[in-house]
Amino acid sequence: MSNGLVTMAYIAASILFILSLSGLSKQDTSRRGNYFGMTGMAIAIVATVFGGSVTAYTMLTIALLIGGFIGTKAAAKVEMTQMPELVALMHSLVGMAAVLVGYANFMDDSTSLEGAEKTIHELEIYIGIFIGAVTFSGSVIAFGKLCGRISGKPMLLPARHWLNLALFVLTFILGGSFLEGAETGGGSIPLLIMTIIALVFGVHMVMAIGGADMPVVVSMLNSYSGWAAAATGFMLSNDLLIVTGALVGSSGAILSYIMCRAMNRHFLSVIAGGFGSAGGEAAEVIGEVQPIEVEETAQLLRESKEIVIIPGYGMAVAQAQHTVNEITKYLTSQGKKVRFAIHPVAGRMPGHMNVLLAEAKVPYDIVFEMDEINEDFPHVDVSIVIGANDIVNPSALDDPNSPIAGMPVLECWKGASTIVLKRSMASGYAGVGNPLFVHENTRMLFGDANDKLQGLLKALQG
Amino acid sequence: MKIGVPKEIHEGEKRVATTPEAADKIIKLGFKMCIETGAGLLANITDEAYQQVGVEILPDAKAVWQEADIIMKVRAPERHPELATDEVALMKEGQQLISFIWPAQNEALMKQLADKNATVLAMDSVPRMSRAQKMDALSSMANIAGYRAIVEAAQHFGRFFTGQITAAGKVPPAKVLVIGAGVAGLAAIGAAKSMGAIVRAFDTRPEVKEQIESMDAEFLMLDFQEDGSGSGGYAKTMSKEFIEAEMALFAQQAKEVDIIITTALIPGKPAPELITAEMVASMKPGSVIVDLAAEQGGNCALTEKNQVVVKHDVTIIGYTNLPSRLANQSSQLYATNLRHLLTDLTPGKDGNTVINMEDEVIRGATVIKEGNITWPPPPPKLSAAPKAAATSEIATASENKSLVPEQVKQWLPILVAGLTLFGVGAVAPTSFLSHFTVFVLACFVGYQVIWNVSPSLHTPLMSVTNAISGIIVIGALVQVSAPSAIVSILSALAILIASINIAGGFLVTRRMLEMFRK
Repeated sequence: MSNGLVTMAYIAASILFILSLSGLSKQDTSRRGNYFGMTGMAIAIVATVFGGSVTAYTMLTIALLIGGFIGTKAAAKVEMTQMPELVALMHSLVGMAAVLVGYANFMDDSTSLEGAEKTIHELEIYIGIFIGAVTFSGSVIAFGKLCGRISGKPMLLPARHWLNLALFVLTFILGGSFLEGAETGGGSIPLLIMTIIALVFGVHMVMAIGGADMPVVVSMLNSYSGWAAAATGFMLSNDLLIVTGALVGSSGAILSYIMCRAMNRHFLSVIAGGFGSAGGEAAEVIGEVQPIEVEETAQLLRESKEIVIIPGYGMAVAQAQHTVNEITKYLTSQGKKVRFAIHPVAGRMPGHMNVLLAEAKVPYDIVFEMDEINEDFPHVDVSIVIGANDIVNPSALDDPNSPIAGMPVLECWKGASTIVLKRSMASGYAGVGNPLFVHENTRMLFGDANDKLQGLLKALQG
Repeated sequence: MKIGVPKEIHEGEKRVATTPEAADKIIKLGFKMCIETGAGLLANITDEAYQQVGVEILPDAKAVWQEADIIMKVRAPERHPELATDEVALMKEGQQLISFIWPAQNEALMKQLADKNATVLAMDSVPRMSRAQKMDALSSMANIAGYRAIVEAAQHFGRFFTGQITAAGKVPPAKVLVIGAGVAGLAAIGAAKSMGAIVRAFDTRPEVKEQIESMDAEFLMLDFQEDGSGSGGYAKTMSKEFIEAEMALFAQQAKEVDIIITTALIPGKPAPELITAEMVASMKPGSVIVDLAAEQGGNCALTEKNQVVVKHDVTIIGYTNLPSRLANQSSQLYATNLRHLLTDLTPGKDGNTVINMEDEVIRGATVIKEGNITWPPPPPKLSAAPKAAATSEIATASENKSLVPEQVKQWLPILVAGLTLFGVGAVAPTSFLSHFTVFVLACFVGYQVIWNVSPSLHTPLMSVTNAISGIIVIGALVQVSAPSAIVSILSALAILIASINIAGGFLVTRRMLEMFRK
């Protein structure tokens, strides 16, 4: 294949990727978008493989086949509740690949560049490896946090901002000595040290971020993996990599920004880590919770017309989405209007709840976003909160000292009554008390969400 | 401790102080329970039903009063018609009694009880606060009374409540006026509304306007500024001018409406007279008045306590035992109120009551403790009124001063970006610049494409971008054929890893999207 053809193929692939992302922005076109993406990827790989500069076919076929097989297996097996973990893990793979490609490129001395171009090339390698390593270690920690192997609490080292700054400065200095060394064919030692620093940097950054901010972290790492690809593109002078990397990088950055806005947090303060830096004492929650039993809940639901279900991370943990769907179907068949209200940061990754509900076959036209449904709460008879806490916390709106002050929340307390399913009275990830639980219209249904919902379904049908 | 429930002896009283469901839960609190045979019969609860949950059935009232440490009743103790003795006389020294007492009206009874060294908790004295709602028997009984008032009115009213257009002619809807929108008033509004009537309501407390409107009834406004909210959620007596304006309103409404439900009570005082004889006379023939304040003298001048009378062609219902006329329902709610009170009285769940006078709810309900009259309690501390002072503090707290002026802030990023571009352009070689152009443009395309993505697709979007960022495989592919063995091995590894990403990312996205079906 001639060089021109390869370039054309790359342009086609870039366009397909753009179409793919834009297709993903709507339900109707999303499936098509995914196929565009696959086609683009296939074109890009085929064009590269047959582009003339590749000869090691055996090795690459074996690698492609093994990798493809593992990926297919993983995609087929993963539980929808584990999506955030899978995504985080895959981000780490991109990071790792970027590091490997960077090192390979560094050791490959077949390229002949001179002067400023050479310096820039070295710099690109350096930056590419740095971003790749940060992405890798950060994603691994995020994965650990998401599957609960590492505590979700933010780990706040003393003087953590200074530590970050020191690491960053050190990276700069090492960069200088790397460039000097690379001039004479050396420089591998500063490169290795920098890689280790970058790994530490990634670990430290994600460790300092609290569990409630996980959606931001996941999309931020998504963005990083894109930047890593773009940096690799610069390193290899490959426009396809640059375009695709930039697309992914900026889309991830925007997603993180949307997430931050949904939580009314400043992007930098999430990245810098630590919750509750707002200062001031949050008002303590005083009052008595009013427990309710399954039978009374069923009674309440039978008597109501408008029902809104607010799922949170607890629903994912209890794997209760299928039971929720059964209940929804039953209530709908009884002529009740059942809707779902999804907070942008419910769950542990952007859109987490939507995926779970879709898995349980809840029709997506009864699933609403916060902005669409918040005004309707005064007309709602019963809101059922399943394992959510901070996203339904009234103190976000009325207590300026609350750590989540100003975060838009689902205002379910404006409805006639609210039932909160919860395992215990523990506070949410933000560690904030929730006045909703002692609100006079709120009844608490304690226990495992799935068990209680199963019971509720039986009580409704019985 | 053993709890005894005697049969109610007041004439026409059909309620009973416990139900099998409540008894079951009380027994789980560690108590033993006994009940007089046939106590629940009038509320359609058989002895067997009690027996099944482990309640002992005793042959007569005497045995119950003898055996139990705690007596639960509905009505206050009075003279037993069959035994020809007072119920108080049946009491043991130091026995505990939980029932309605009305201490303000029953001073003699209070004295008798105190002489028996009894501990008495009056269900009518449970303070009205959020925490005590679950044991507020006045509210639960008022709810039933309000509902029953509409049922009684419907019974005596000669027409439909709902409007209809039939082949046999048009039927206008009934117009119902509810005076006093407390618990009973609101329940009456709800019942009348659900039967299809046009409902109007009046109350001296402006804050209930919202509640009335939430029930879909019309709130009658008085063109007069005076707040009738007293302490503890009750109304207070209003000024003379206000009452005049109010009476004028009622006089005008009386001519229009078909049914009037009056529920106006002021604690410790006779009920205010709101519907005069003239107003009754001005009502349409066949109209109905249900006076829920009949016990305290009635809101209507012509009400006769416990009677249904017809005057000026208007039926006036003065029943005082409306909850008892829905005996099963009211027994259930009352029994649940009692159970909640017992739960609070038994912190150890060991079947032993602790009268904790520090607890505001228990303090309020306890009218006699070990022979000492403790009624009236200190006034309740909390009312539902919002705190006005807090808002101003919030306003000042939110005014955060920014260090950098707004204009500078706005232009700063653009300035920095411009300088960066200038810096890059000054030193970088052309080959880099062409890549850089592509890079910057691609960033903007990404930004535009993603900005409007629907939040429900965030997860699939993330996994597809994840798969796409597997494009890094290209970088490895172009290097895998390098002569150096290390480079090829590193590249092959990178290919392997990246292809996991590609296959996994696309396929899992497809799996997810397959699920998003309407």
